Amino acid sequence: MIRKSIVLVLTGALALTACGKGSSGSSDGGAVKVGLITKTETNPFFVKMKEGAQAEAKAKGLTFLSAAGKFDGDNEGQVTAIENMVAAGVKGILITPSDTKAIIPAIKKARDKGVLVIALDTPTQPQDGTDALFATDNFKAGQLIGQYAKAKMAGKTAKIATLDLAPGVSVGILRHNGFLQGFGAATVDATATALATSPQVVCSADTAGDQAKGQTAMENCLQKSPDLNVVYTINEPAALGAYTALKAKGREKDVLIVSVDGGCTGVKGVQSGEIAATSQQYPLKMASLGVDAVAAFAKDKTKVSGYTDTGVTLVTDKSVAGVDSKDTKFGLDNCWG
Amino acid sequence: MIIPATARLRAATPRLSIPAGSTLGPLAALLLACAFFTVRTDTFLSGGNLSLVIQQVMVVGTLAIGQTLIILTAGIDLSCGAIMGFGGILMAKLAVDTGLPPLLAIVAGITVCGLFGLANGLLVTKISLPPFIVTLGVLNIAFALTHIYSDEQTISGLPSELTALGNTFPLGNTDVTYGSVLMLAMFGVFAYLLSQTAWGKHTYAIGNSPEAARLTGIPVQRRLLGIYALAGVVYGVAALLLIARTGVGDPKAGQTDNLDSITAVVLGGTSLFGGRGLVLGTLIGALLIGVIRNGLQLMGVPSIYQILITGILVILAVTVDQISRRRTR
Repeated sequence: MIRKSIVLVLTGALALTACGKGSSGSSDGGAVKVGLITKTETNPFFVKMKEGAQAEAKAKGLTFLSAAGKFDGDNEGQVTAIENMVAAGVKGILITPSDTKAIIPAIKKARDKGVLVIALDTPTQPQDGTDALFATDNFKAGQLIGQYAKAKMAGKTAKIATLDLAPGVSVGILRHNGFLQGFGAATVDATATALATSPQVVCSADTAGDQAKGQTAMENCLQKSPDLNVVYTINEPAALGAYTALKAKGREKDVLIVSVDGGCTGVKGVQSGEIAATSQQYPLKMASLGVDAVAAFAKDKTKVSGYTDTGVTLVTDKSVAGVDSKDTKFGLDNCWG
Repeated sequence: MIIPATARLRAATPRLSIPAGSTLGPLAALLLACAFFTVRTDTFLSGGNLSLVIQQVMVVGTLAIGQTLIILTAGIDLSCGAIMGFGGILMAKLAVDTGLPPLLAIVAGITVCGLFGLANGLLVTKISLPPFIVTLGVLNIAFALTHIYSDEQTISGLPSELTALGNTFPLGNTDVTYGSVLMLAMFGVFAYLLSQTAWGKHTYAIGNSPEAARLTGIPVQRRLLGIYALAGVVYGVAALLLIARTGVGDPKAGQTDNLDSITAVVLGGTSLFGGRGLVLGTLIGALLIGVIRNGLQLMGVPSIYQILITGILVILAVTVDQISRRRTR
């Protein structure tokens, strides 16, 4: 009985695949499909990106599919999503790769089947693993707040804490290095693949861009170097966590916090003075440009290529001479999340 | 020698014959899901797509074989995904960076996974620690070792031997992945071992009542140790499938696979209280997860709903198990 059912189930599983229609990815007729794969479902940045892509797909008359990894770094989840979207017959896939190297073989398979693949926000390694890249210049985003912090600290000796992302993630490295270069604390350019160091940096910690972890990291940095006076943060949740830790020590007035992202919560943090300045990026623009590119590809096979900078703006209410910036009213009009 | 042992066992534990019907519920759910997606999409029911689904569950499915063994003994293994992750990085790094012959790297990876399983088993049997805590500790150890050893770097450029199981062969007019066949074969072997050998009967008996099993002369400690070590070896095979599937050594892989494998086991109708369930049910559970994920994606439903539906199904499966347990008592 049991032995029979073993044979039955196993042969059934194989037979099912053998007697199917044979080909995958052949979608005939119907609307053109475009897929968006983000790192996670929950980060407001990706939520906004998804909204933008969905709205643009609707406007262009495309069918919109979306998927995400279960956690930041979930490569296999993204591989599965790519495979399923190719099986669904998409013309193009927009992806924010969780693991910039590990995703390459899966993207290659999709491209070999004639699917246009565009990286949003995060470049793959190598960058030509995708047809095109629509992203913020993260090095420049870091540079802007570095230059700003330098001007604000004029005449004082800077003791910097950096609250970073996670080991080996390119976005975190680019922003960190951009900041130190902009601040004049380190000689580094956008091609470096490791975090730059500087004698002025007294403490560095990873936060995964998480508010609670940002707070813990700041508390520990304050234990290590109580006299630090500049805090670079990977994003605004980490910045707000750092602010909470500084406030508990009564240091929130004399420590300068700068950040990157431009989410609505973050810009409000700039407005209320918790964060001095932030570099705002534009996920909606990445998404809509991506959808447009897929629509064009479906229409007449025109392929976008290379890198398109979707722009970055320094947002602060306490502007300094020599560094271009916009106020928080502009920031709130253009924020996401 | 085998026959008297099982005969003794039958006498001691009357409820040993497991009704094959216990996979009927999961099987019905799987067929229902397949029927639903066949009607709702024009891309689900194709050989290529179904082959894809099996390929997508081959890693978690294989892990879930080891998980089934341990859950049948009323244990649980939280460390399986992390052990697999370490095994995968070890194979990739030994082959690419250390320059070990690929086959040797594979053997080394599977052996180390087996040793992790053995460590779990030793802690559970010799020091009588609860499996939940032991495997939670080993989860963290294996996770940390993976990141320390890999230096957080993804390893690409693997030799072809390491990714061979990710290649396909034509069956009819469908491309089938070698790894899928390996997974199905392993399910077949373990279904046979569990249902037709004394070792299998012992496994169920230990899960039902270790004390009763001991009194019938089953070497409970030795069997448990063997089962944990064997599960580790199975995770090693899963590690090979993992790198074959993604084509890289990924230090972040496997982080949620422990819970995913438990989900597959539970959806397949195996009782978390031990002693009841079929490994083929686990295959059905794993396929059910894969079919729902794939089908919803083809329909254009965001992936978060797949997690929602899986959650609901898990609650349903556990409820069914609890009710049927109460009836049989």
